[in-house]
This record gives sequence, C-alpha cells and structure tokens, in this order.
Amino acid sequence: MGDLLPLLLQGAWVTVQITFWGSLLAVVSAVIAALGRLSPIGPLRWLAIAYIEVFRGTSLLVQLFWLYFVLPMPPFNVEMSAYAVAIVGLGLHIGAYGAEVMRGAIRSVAKGQYEACQALNMSPAKRFYRIILPQALLAAIPPGTNLLIELLKNTSLVSLITLSDLAFRARQLDQATFMTLEIFGLALLMYFVMAQAINLGMRRLEKRLARGRMRGGLS
Amino acid sequence: MNFFDWQFAWSILPQLLQASLNTLLITFGGFAIAIVLGLFLAIARRSRQVWISWPATGLIEFIRSTPLLIQVYFLFYVFPNYGISLTALQAGILGIALHYACYTAEVYRAGLDAVPRAQWEAVTALNLSPLSAYRNIILPQALRPILPALGNYLVAMLKDTPVLSAITVVEIMQQAKNIGSESFRYLEPITMVGLFFLLLSLGLAWCVRRLEDRMEEAPR
Repeated sequence: MGDLLPLLLQGAWVTVQITFWGSLLAVVSAVIAALGRLSPIGPLRWLAIAYIEVFRGTSLLVQLFWLYFVLPMPPFNVEMSAYAVAIVGLGLHIGAYGAEVMRGAIRSVAKGQYEACQALNMSPAKRFYRIILPQALLAAIPPGTNLLIELLKNTSLVSLITLSDLAFRARQLDQATFMTLEIFGLALLMYFVMAQAINLGMRRLEKRLARGRMRGGLS
Repeated sequence: MNFFDWQFAWSILPQLLQASLNTLLITFGGFAIAIVLGLFLAIARRSRQVWISWPATGLIEFIRSTPLLIQVYFLFYVFPNYGISLTALQAGILGIALHYACYTAEVYRAGLDAVPRAQWEAVTALNLSPLSAYRNIILPQALRPILPALGNYLVAMLKDTPVLSAITVVEIMQQAKNIGSESFRYLEPITMVGLFFLLLSLGLAWCVRRLEDRMEEAPR
C-alpha cells in the first residue's frame, strides 16, 4: 500500500495540471463563444453556434481520439503531444458547455450597467472587460463550479490516449500488482478529494469576489 | 491520399452500425435501470431514518464527484475478486446506470421537493400507506415537471457510452478505433462516429425540447 501511493500521487499531479490548463482554456473559449453567440453579426454567430453544438453534441472521447489520431494524418498534419491534446480537447469540450453558462451570465447583468457605461462614454470594448465581464464571471461561478468538477472527472479519459494521469497510473499499477481493490479505491478517493477541493475553493473565491459588490450596493 | 474516402466510408458503415446497436443497448438499457434506481435513491435520501438517508446521500455525492471510467474499472476488475464476475457489457451497463442513477436522484429530489406540502399533509390525513401515497398522489405530480431534465440525462448518457470501450465493450467508438488500427485510416471512422453522436444527440435534444413545450402548454 505504501508503494502505491507515490505512484498514484504522480498521476494525480498530472490530473491536476490538465485540469488547471484545461479549465483556463475552457473559460477563454466559453467567453469568446458566448460573445460570438450574442453577436449581431450573422457569420460570427453561426460559427459560435456550430462550435457549441459540435462539441456538446459529440462525445468527449470521440473528440480526443479525433484530435489524437486524425489530426496528425494528412490532410491536416497537425501533430500534438498527448498532453496538448488533453488540454485542447478538454478545454474546448467544457468550453462549449461553458459558453451557454456564460451567455446566461452575460445576459443576467442588469441593463442599468449598460446605460451607466453609455453615460460614462465608455467604448464597447472597455465596457465589456471592465464592467460586464467581471459581473458575468461572478454570476457564472456556481454553474461553472459544476462544469469544473465535470472537467476534473473527464480528465480520466486522457488515460485512453496514453497520458499517464491518475486513471492511467491506477490501471498500470493494477496490471503490475493485482492489488485491485486498494488501487481503484484509492484512485476514487483521490478524485473525490480533488472534487471537494474545487468545490471549497470556488465557494471561497465567490465569497471573496462578491465582497466589493455587496459594499457597492449592486445586486 | 485523398481527403475523405467516401468509398471506404461506405464500406465500413455496416460494421459501425452493427456496433452502434451496442451503444443504443447500453444507452437505453442503462437509462431504464438508472431512472428506477435513481427514484429509490431519491426517496432514500429523503428518509427521516438517518441510517437510510446518510448512506444514500453519501453514495450520491461520492459517485457524482468521481469519474465514470474509474467506477467502471472498479466494477469490471475489483468485483471478480469477490466472486461477482460480470461480462464487459454487463459491467458497463451497470456502471453507467449506477453513475446516472445518482444524477437522476437529484432530479427526482427537485421534483419531490416541488410537490406542495399540503399534498403530504392530505396523504397523512387520509391515512394512506407510504407506497400508495407515493404511487397515487406524490409521484404523478412530482414526475411531470422533471421529464425534460431526465431526458437531458439520457442525452448525456448516450455521449458517455464510449467510456466503456476502456473495458473492451465493442460499442461504436471501439469499433471505429479497431477499423482505424487495421486500415491505418482514422479520419473516416472517427468522423463518422462523431456524426453519429451529433445526429442522435441533436435528435434526442429536439425531442426533449418538444416535451418541454408540451409541458408548458398543458393545463394543470
């Protein structure tokens, strides 16, 4: 049992990295796709809808395999390491779900905020990243937390494209030692702890970010 | 090599469709188990007996925050050590059903919570047995508004079936990968599988939306 833990922890560290970079990419692509979805320009809107529907409508594993097996072949010839595929695949997948969350969050920003920006003569770009986006991101935290946990759980699939994350290590150790119950039990427990850590962290983050908002008297 | 070999795509279509039967079996079979098990879990979670409600709550929370893949590994590799041998397909269906039962349990919970308190009081006043109360009074009211949410989990479940390829279940994704490793052509099979999931999930999502609309216009 003592020998298992370090190896599993090594895998867990890869899982944490993939979750971190994947979630960054997911937030960025969610914001961009949500903006595209709300854009008055037709082609931009269609592009965003296509992205959202394709990544939500097909399985994550299919997307990972596509990126890993099809992209390196002609006519694409784009070769990415398993690590890069994992981040790109997970980020874009969860980003598509996040786009719908962000869309709702952007829409939930009160109309008065837009009017205030106009009164202050802000440019649309400045209005978005100084006023609208911070409020929208705050509103997106509770549903975003669920997506983040979804992302964490989905990282286990990258073991199937040969990346040595926690799931991969568990499977490998199982084949070497046959201590099946201990290994998979420990792996499950580790994922559970990580999910709870995300839950707790996001709740504290929300509280911190909401503090100034309360004082400002905005609701 | 040309871009998309239509002839090759056409030639592997029967194999993929054959394997898609497994995908559909897992999806609908698993869903049937999940919605029944989920209801029991939801009722157990609401129980006033702590020794029933706590384990149910713990199980739901634990399964919801751990990956399906590891749960399926657990069923497929750990259980045989204790005398319960499952085939890959059985372990797969059971694993995915258990996973989604915990999600549907939360949906049921929302539905049960939405039943007005007076209904529960009326049930007590009429001295109905718990079974009859649930079957005749509570469930009919609790189920209707949550049908679309359950439908969404059916779609989610469909898209999770490829995970079972990890325990050698030959569903459509595994078949596509097999074809790819034999022919060294991945573009066609994997793209076709993507299209399969896209069409099916868009179709199912459309049905769920229709159901939602019907719910709204139907008078209560």
